[in-house]
Amino acid sequence: MKKNSNTLTFWLFLIPSLFIFINVVIIPFILGIIYSFTDWDGFSFFGSKFVAFSNYLKVFRDQNFLSAFLLTFKYAIIMVIVSNIIGFSLALLVTRKMRTRNILRSIFFMPNLIGGLILGFIWQFIFTKLFVQLGTVLHASNIFFNWINDPNMAFWSIVIVSAWQMSGYVMIIYIAGLESINPDIIEASLIDGAGPVRRLFNIILPLTVPSFTISLFITLSNSFKQYDTNLSLTNGGPYGTTELLTMNIVQTAYKHNQYAIAQSKAVVFFVVIMAITLVQVYLTKKREVEM
Amino acid sequence: MEKAKKNMTILEIFGWVLTLFVIFPVYIMIINSFKDRKEIFTSELSLPKALNFTYYVQAIQKMDFLTALGNSLFITVTSVVFIIVLSSMAAWVLERNKTTISNIIFYTLVATMLIPFQSVMIPLVQYLSKWQIPGTNFSLIDTRYGLIFMNIGFGIGMSTFLFHGFIKNVPLEMEEAATIDGCNKFQLFWRIVFPNLKPIIVTVAILNVISLWNDYLLPSLVLRSPNLRTIPLSTFFFFGEFTIEWNLALAGLVLTIIPVIIFYLFSQKYIIKGVMAGAIK
Repeated sequence: MKKNSNTLTFWLFLIPSLFIFINVVIIPFILGIIYSFTDWDGFSFFGSKFVAFSNYLKVFRDQNFLSAFLLTFKYAIIMVIVSNIIGFSLALLVTRKMRTRNILRSIFFMPNLIGGLILGFIWQFIFTKLFVQLGTVLHASNIFFNWINDPNMAFWSIVIVSAWQMSGYVMIIYIAGLESINPDIIEASLIDGAGPVRRLFNIILPLTVPSFTISLFITLSNSFKQYDTNLSLTNGGPYGTTELLTMNIVQTAYKHNQYAIAQSKAVVFFVVIMAITLVQVYLTKKREVEM
Repeated sequence: MEKAKKNMTILEIFGWVLTLFVIFPVYIMIINSFKDRKEIFTSELSLPKALNFTYYVQAIQKMDFLTALGNSLFITVTSVVFIIVLSSMAAWVLERNKTTISNIIFYTLVATMLIPFQSVMIPLVQYLSKWQIPGTNFSLIDTRYGLIFMNIGFGIGMSTFLFHGFIKNVPLEMEEAATIDGCNKFQLFWRIVFPNLKPIIVTVAILNVISLWNDYLLPSLVLRSPNLRTIPLSTFFFFGEFTIEWNLALAGLVLTIIPVIIFYLFSQKYIIKGVMAGAIK
């Protein structure tokens, strides 16, 4: 009797969540994989033909997709390095015993609350207007010019804005890692006469590897998914030189109405992001030390 | 000792110098939102000659700011309330009934957190647009409740995971005592379990509020009518029309970050703690 009522509550408590989750995530995910092997037109699946791998072949011959792919790789690698170095350094700074450390943490974290879309617009003003003026005032128009219109610098403008945002988030993760280090260990290293550099490389870094696992994972997957800042800051321009993967997929589907091809790109995107993050987590997990 | 103190002061000053990188763009945005076109053109760095709110009034009208604010508030708050209620219930029964089926469900939820939104968005919109009830206006596309439904679907995985981890460390004794006193399962959950989840509820709420409030891609695919636009959507359309008029555009941007700053001032302690707790899990 008791067993039955338990099973009943189990399902009653679970069904609302499962119903929504299955319909929003699981079914579209499975449909997406099926659609990618057909000539689906984006509306009715009824009447679509099975085309095997022909969409995927088109995807890998699509020059725009390939260059968006390479650019996203480059972007993700730079972002992972830059935002983790800045974030970790900031965390080291604000875990020192200073009076205003909590205010400092709050300020460094603040850009994360403003979404990527709005941040991109704010910085668009800085890169297109303020930079031009700074160039004139400081007689340094070789550094300060309209970065958004320049095929090389437009990419770096996205890097700056998103690093500016992501570093504060990563900082929080490292703060949690640094604060969980047993102070006795640091104390012991001081007594043993370890200098600040040795302390950092031989004690602090090995003990914060779990934080690196999380931070690298978050920065890697967020960089691959970047869309909002890409859209508002450069909109892929000039001449499509800053189009990242998500934008390429969105454009293929909703601008060129090639839904089956866009969905094949989305499946490729999923496979790549899974492979890269799993390898990263595996590699960093191996280096975690038990204390 | 004296030297250590001095070093700390230098570090602290250095920290404050670094905050200028964060504050500067915001400062530039605010001062220029008060200038007219000629003043912006002549100097972007100087303080405005007068506090001129004309562009704010215009931006509020042209962005339909109050409607967008109302939509954003309604969609974010409703989604987060549903996410908290549904995923805490799910996490509790999944944690307290260790069976093969509960393990399968739990690990499926966790594994699908890795599916990027981009790889389901196209079929999602097409599939849910088919959900119609003949004779009614029911539609999950271009409605606020439709977007809320999808927000819940995407939020449930991570939230259930966070609740599950927390409930694992809540001792069973209290629940057993309440059962002996004759509580049924619903009373048990709502009177005993749920109130004890407060710390993790705050974490789940904050993580979801931040991501839903700023979300652009999903709302842009689901909401089409201008009167349903959320703040990121109305900002995007507003920018499409007024990029050349920077003073107006900047006033609009300042407006959009005011609610965020107010939220942050009141709950920054919880936000930092919540993000920390959420990230470590």
